[in-house]
Amino acid sequence: MVGVVSYGFYIPKYRITVDEIAKTWRKNPEDVKKSLNMREKAVAGADEDSLTMGFESAAMALQETKIDRKKINIVFFGSETPPYVVNPASTILGEFLNIGNNYLAYDTQFACKAATGAMISAFGMIKSGFSKYALICASDKANAKPHDPLEYTASSGSASFLLGDSDLLLELIDFESFSSDTPDFWRREGIRYPSHGGRFTGKPSYFYHIQQATKVLLRKTKLKPENFAHAIFHMPNGKFPQEVAASLGFTKTQIEKSLVVSHLGNSYTASVLMGLVSTLESAKKGDLIFLCSYGSGAGSDAFIFRATNKIERRKKEFEKIINKKKNIDYSTYLKFMHII
Amino acid sequence: MVSLIGYYTTKFGELWNLSLFDLVSEAINGVLKNAKLEKKQIDAVFFGNMMAGVLGNNLHSSAKIAEILKVNIPVFRVEAACASGGLAFHLGKNYLETNRVRTVLVVGAEKMTDSSPEETTSALASAASGEEQEAGLTFPGLYAMIAQSYFNNYGYNEKNLAYVSYKNHFHGSLNEKAHFRKRLTMEQILESPYIAYPLKVLDSSPISDGASAVILSSDNFLIKKRKESVNVLANEVATDTISLKERKKIDELLATKIAAEKAFAVSKLKRSDIDVAEVHDCFSIAEILAMEDLGFWKKGEGGKRITELSTMFGSKSSLIVNTSGGLKAAGHPVGATGIKQIGEIFLQLTDQATNRQVKGAEIGLAHNVGGSGGTVVVTILGN
Repeated sequence: MVGVVSYGFYIPKYRITVDEIAKTWRKNPEDVKKSLNMREKAVAGADEDSLTMGFESAAMALQETKIDRKKINIVFFGSETPPYVVNPASTILGEFLNIGNNYLAYDTQFACKAATGAMISAFGMIKSGFSKYALICASDKANAKPHDPLEYTASSGSASFLLGDSDLLLELIDFESFSSDTPDFWRREGIRYPSHGGRFTGKPSYFYHIQQATKVLLRKTKLKPENFAHAIFHMPNGKFPQEVAASLGFTKTQIEKSLVVSHLGNSYTASVLMGLVSTLESAKKGDLIFLCSYGSGAGSDAFIFRATNKIERRKKEFEKIINKKKNIDYSTYLKFMHII
Repeated sequence: MVSLIGYYTTKFGELWNLSLFDLVSEAINGVLKNAKLEKKQIDAVFFGNMMAGVLGNNLHSSAKIAEILKVNIPVFRVEAACASGGLAFHLGKNYLETNRVRTVLVVGAEKMTDSSPEETTSALASAASGEEQEAGLTFPGLYAMIAQSYFNNYGYNEKNLAYVSYKNHFHGSLNEKAHFRKRLTMEQILESPYIAYPLKVLDSSPISDGASAVILSSDNFLIKKRKESVNVLANEVATDTISLKERKKIDELLATKIAAEKAFAVSKLKRSDIDVAEVHDCFSIAEILAMEDLGFWKKGEGGKRITELSTMFGSKSSLIVNTSGGLKAAGHPVGATGIKQIGEIFLQLTDQATNRQVKGAEIGLAHNVGGSGGTVVVTILGN
């Protein structure tokens, strides 16, 4: 059996509210809040980037484990906003975590599902005996062009998962992936801000891929939505995960705990995993957990996990930590994002 | 006499998997099938389209239609902003009347959702005067100014406008080809976000993809063979200043008044003879003005008359308006709209409008506007 041994997360303390952004652009904040189901989002400071946040979350994932770090032979770093286009963040991460040099490292990119795709690869490699452990880090300091609707949601954050084959807090029951050439969101080489296809990012993109991946996995495992204690879907905004969950037969209660997007924003690769981190705070032994990511371009990875008896001891305090925050104004936000 | 002997429309909406010419192709093949015609029986094609040149870099689209049909007949592309379809119909009818040909196909189409809303809005603004574009006006802005003027002159407010969307969304729910099939409450309309005060999202027609086609014929033998056919009793075009600032009144569309007067004079019909009408409701205010300018309602009374919902399907009044859902709910693929309006009247007059069929409809009118009233086409159909 393979699964999750430990996990960590990092949310920068700065927040910018929808009101503050809407006020700048003379939009009615109530209209924006209603249409996106968003209140505020987390913003990394001027001296933070996807790598520094990735280090924070990975360090937390390893902090309380007693494992031999030299047995981590895999480090994957998934991001849409890595600090370098050429030069891996995964090796810098490995170096600073002091895991030696006998490891396979690479950075992965697949929009918001870069890390869940890496997880699937790592699970396979652990199962094949290549490594005892794998460290998967999802991290983004997501930017958006000023005045683009993305500005209300694109946020900063990181989540890391240590995968292994024993002493698990989450057992992997099964997974499935669904991909197609659907160009709904992209950023070309040398271009600072991502572009997107507006409403095209919805029905034929986010909804279609999540629905297909979910249906295939449920059919394969002969499980039904009601069998799960919790479900987590990628969160580009506060509205989509609720709509996709309802369309698949999951209830509000099942996804409730995962919906961190309305107050933390969409931290791209970390978004769905941050939903898992939040969910684990209230997960109990034996709980079945459904998770489905979405990456533009496009694809979805769906997973089914079962919480073990280790969950109680290893779950991390989440809500209390994210409530330690500081609000910033729009000009500070632009400065922190290096837009000005 | 020219008759309309066939109609087909694609579904309107966000048709992500279909290109402009996929839509044109579906509409052409659909109308040929519905009219039971072979392509060799078509003498010419008129294509109404506004934005293929701006958004798709496809200006020579007439030759593309020849490629689709695999024919070498004359094909004409017609552009008059949102009245491109209506004007293509007008030219097709005139071509039949002035040439030794018997049957023409008129197709209108637009592919709008492949571009970003900014690109599409900017392309749509090319239908406005250059000076007003430079001043920053877009179509929502122009119609918002028209609405403000109307409110100031007659003391109406946003609630009066909301009745138009309420009615047309109800109609759209009955039309399987409509972009939006959801019924709306007055509260939902009034609570929707502003796009250009006092107009809200739910006062506005959407950006849609779609194509519609009709067959016109002057061949009596062919017309008699068709069980479903209607005569074109009048089809009149009028123009007005493209700039709003040059108009004496901005809460009326003078071109609508002129085209309507001519159409009623040519057809020798009265307003009260019209049973069904499709009017150009690109924004809710536009339907109220259309009803006044076409002469169905007195000037200044439209804001009040719409609240009676007498033109809603199911009402016992003698005139039902925008059974297709109008531009508001059926959608507004610019080049297709004028053809869809005429097609909807055709369906009503030939008893093919299924669950939205107005009983005993015999005479119908279609009103197609380009820009904010720079071009208007009024068509009256009946037997």
